[in-house]
Amino acid sequence: MTQTTTNPENAELPAVPVKSAGAFLRGHMREYGILFALIAIMAFFQVATGGILLKPVNLTNLILQNSYIIIMAIGMLLVIVAGHIDLSVGSVMGFVGALAAVMIVNWDIPYFIAALLCLVAGGIIGMAQGFWVAYFRIPSFIVTLAGMLVFKGLTLWLLAGQSVGPFPKQFQLISSGFIPDLLGGEELNLFSLLIGVLVATAILVLAIRNRSEAGKSGSVEEPFSFFAARNGLIFIALIYMSYLMADFRGLPNVFIVMALLIAIYSFVTSRTTIGRRVYAIGGNEKAAMLSGIDSQKLTFLTFANMGVLAALAGLVFAARLNTATPKAGAGFELDVIAAVFIGGASMSGGVGTVVGAVIGAFIMGVMNNGMSILGIGIDWQQCIKGLVLLAAVIFDVMNKKKG
Amino acid sequence: MSVLLEMRAITKEFPGVKALDRVSLSVEDGEIHALVGENGAGKSTLMKVLSGVYPHGSYSGDIVYDGQVKAFRGIVDSEAEGIIIIHQELALVPLLSIAENIFLGNERSTRGIIDWRETNRRAGELLARVGLKEHPEALVDSLGLGKQQLVEIAKALSKNVRLLILDEPTSSLNETDSQKLLDLLLEFKARGITSILISHKLNEISRVADTITVIRDGAAVSKLDCRQGISEDRIIRDMVGRSLDDRYPARDPKIRPETAMEVRNWCVTHPLHSDRQVVRDVSFHVKKGEVVGIAGLMGAGRTELAMSLFGRSYGQNITGTAEINGHKVDLSSVRKAINAGLAYATEDRKTYGLVLDDTIRRNVPLADLEGVASGLVVDRAKEAAVANRYRDRLNIKSSSIEQETVNLSGGNQQKVVLSKWLFADPDVLILDEPTRGIDVGAKFEIYTVIRDLAATGKAIIVISSELPELLGITDRLYVMNEGRFVGEMPTAEASQEKIMATIIRSGDRT
Repeated sequence: MTQTTTNPENAELPAVPVKSAGAFLRGHMREYGILFALIAIMAFFQVATGGILLKPVNLTNLILQNSYIIIMAIGMLLVIVAGHIDLSVGSVMGFVGALAAVMIVNWDIPYFIAALLCLVAGGIIGMAQGFWVAYFRIPSFIVTLAGMLVFKGLTLWLLAGQSVGPFPKQFQLISSGFIPDLLGGEELNLFSLLIGVLVATAILVLAIRNRSEAGKSGSVEEPFSFFAARNGLIFIALIYMSYLMADFRGLPNVFIVMALLIAIYSFVTSRTTIGRRVYAIGGNEKAAMLSGIDSQKLTFLTFANMGVLAALAGLVFAARLNTATPKAGAGFELDVIAAVFIGGASMSGGVGTVVGAVIGAFIMGVMNNGMSILGIGIDWQQCIKGLVLLAAVIFDVMNKKKG
Repeated sequence: MSVLLEMRAITKEFPGVKALDRVSLSVEDGEIHALVGENGAGKSTLMKVLSGVYPHGSYSGDIVYDGQVKAFRGIVDSEAEGIIIIHQELALVPLLSIAENIFLGNERSTRGIIDWRETNRRAGELLARVGLKEHPEALVDSLGLGKQQLVEIAKALSKNVRLLILDEPTSSLNETDSQKLLDLLLEFKARGITSILISHKLNEISRVADTITVIRDGAAVSKLDCRQGISEDRIIRDMVGRSLDDRYPARDPKIRPETAMEVRNWCVTHPLHSDRQVVRDVSFHVKKGEVVGIAGLMGAGRTELAMSLFGRSYGQNITGTAEINGHKVDLSSVRKAINAGLAYATEDRKTYGLVLDDTIRRNVPLADLEGVASGLVVDRAKEAAVANRYRDRLNIKSSSIEQETVNLSGGNQQKVVLSKWLFADPDVLILDEPTRGIDVGAKFEIYTVIRDLAATGKAIIVISSELPELLGITDRLYVMNEGRFVGEMPTAEASQEKIMATIIRSGDRT
């Protein structure tokens, strides 16, 4: 009856997208795999540690301990998606911490100005490395390996081999502070709980809006059951976590910084033209360049961004330890890179998500924390973490071959 | 004379394409046998079957060599029988010495320890046999292409070659080096080494070959005896002797008087070898609504011309001027070229055209992301609408726009690349081998898109190695050979013979 407008291609559109749950799961093992893995690992340690893992004190501690890794993992994700690597982040982080200490403690520069200068320094360091990678096509592995040695050396020089500290109280609050309870809760930090609930709701609302938007253009793939389960889980987990933390001292300041960064970078990577272009140059640089994308500039910017985030991590770390030590940051680059790969990023670039990298960092963090509570020595901790990284990447590769 | 090699009814299929269809080839002991045909006719595939690159079982038919049926599982097997193939792209390691290259994989050694004195001595002997006076310890990198070719042949000799296969050995050599190489083949013949020579240069073939087999569209069409003299026209006729049927959509060109693009005195130098000019003083124009073809053999410089125009994506020391719609344009970066109204759809869609791991939705707007964004933020609804529009318009067969392009067939991948450039809305669109490796049905659809675009006033330049295609879809043709435009003709007056003759005569001149 309406033969006037029915296009045969369009006619079959609605039937195709929503696959059966099983088929969908097989196609998206990567995305769900790490989430399942994190839940499984948390459940395991929750039981094995007799409930210590999710105690409010420990949960807060877990987040503080891993904040700087997560902050750097966000920057590293962009670098790896663009098809590069940054081995220097640990050293840069240590260097910036040392710089902050020297400026604040030795030179009495106001902590706020010093922190700002440190972020600028991080940006300049990132640009200096990105310059060679982007415009001279020197492999990033080499450039940042050199950077790693250089900044390790400069940290030693800056601190003259000594630890420098302590920092003023306000500076320490970056890491050790908690947001005040404006609602004046007694046992519970109500304001923190409120923020948690608001954030969880916002995420849920955004997800629903995205899905309905996608529905209009006929490109919904995820079955509704999965959508509901995934978002329900995240919603409940967020509220439960903020409840636990509210029960201790409230949300740490760092947590707010982290959450903001995760939100901003998730948006930038998935929704903006810049983010889209970074994925394109990582996926196929030649095709991207022939599509008019300035891969050199973008590569340069991803490294500059990495430098700023490494500097921020350096400040957080220095504030947490309340001192800058020559050894700060040593080896952290490996944890950061591992987190990104566990989170599903591809070594060859073009694949990976911010949320994946954060989950990857939490997997590492929960394992560190859980194994420490269980009293497993650092020797075996290292082995097990190594094997988990290998297993995660093998899983990714096998899964990709199959699909 | 006895028959050394007989390939009987060889059929080789790739997914969706029959590359060889019951091809038979018979080579006599001690002769030079030439294999000719257009690009993509199946010559190289046949030689890959022979040398075991496509192992026994992946094709049907028999290979009878030296009186026995052979089942080669790989190059190692065929080399053990003395069948050595030298590919068009040389397989030498540039930073190893001549001697190391000659014995690569076949080292002169006892229990894993290389005897360098023996290696260099033997290499010296082999070099003398091919007439090369270089020191065996010189790096291959330091040799010119002609000498590298001779090193390849010395390497073949080190393996006690009985049947030497040369795939376009002179395509990148100058006249003197080519002559030397051909003389060497004649010398080998005198010593009883049989050769199969794949070449486009008919003057060379008539000089050295005893027998010619012509392959066309995956089938052997004729076997000609050269010893009784044979005319080039006859060979050309057999090479291209295809009839044009209705494989092309009917068209009614509406060429407008305005020139869309005009290029003058375009010169490009090879990106690494600054002494090699790849595009030499090329001038051309294309009018609005016109479809212009550039014909030529592989390596003529067509892709290099197009890519150097498109934001200097190829080459160095690029000189010349370009105008689009009457205004001089700056094409110094891809972005500027796109903004000036130029687009280039690559011949190699997997390497240069698509982000394979990404979906159709993400690939289509890639050249004009601003077109689906408000400010910096990509409007996903708009993006999906655009992707769906082109999916419908070009009939991209896929489960949805969320399908990753890596899982599409070649024809549909090509349509995604085309969609990307259609969405960028250029005035001049260069299509490089737009139908390479895709099936007939998809070809027809792409021809239709080209025709419809021209009808809306776009100027289109088609680069193709398939002459019938150019004759079927263009209005005017340029013929390119060895970096120059050597001929121009209205398509109505062109024929495959005329184009081939233009190419070959221009080659003879040098």
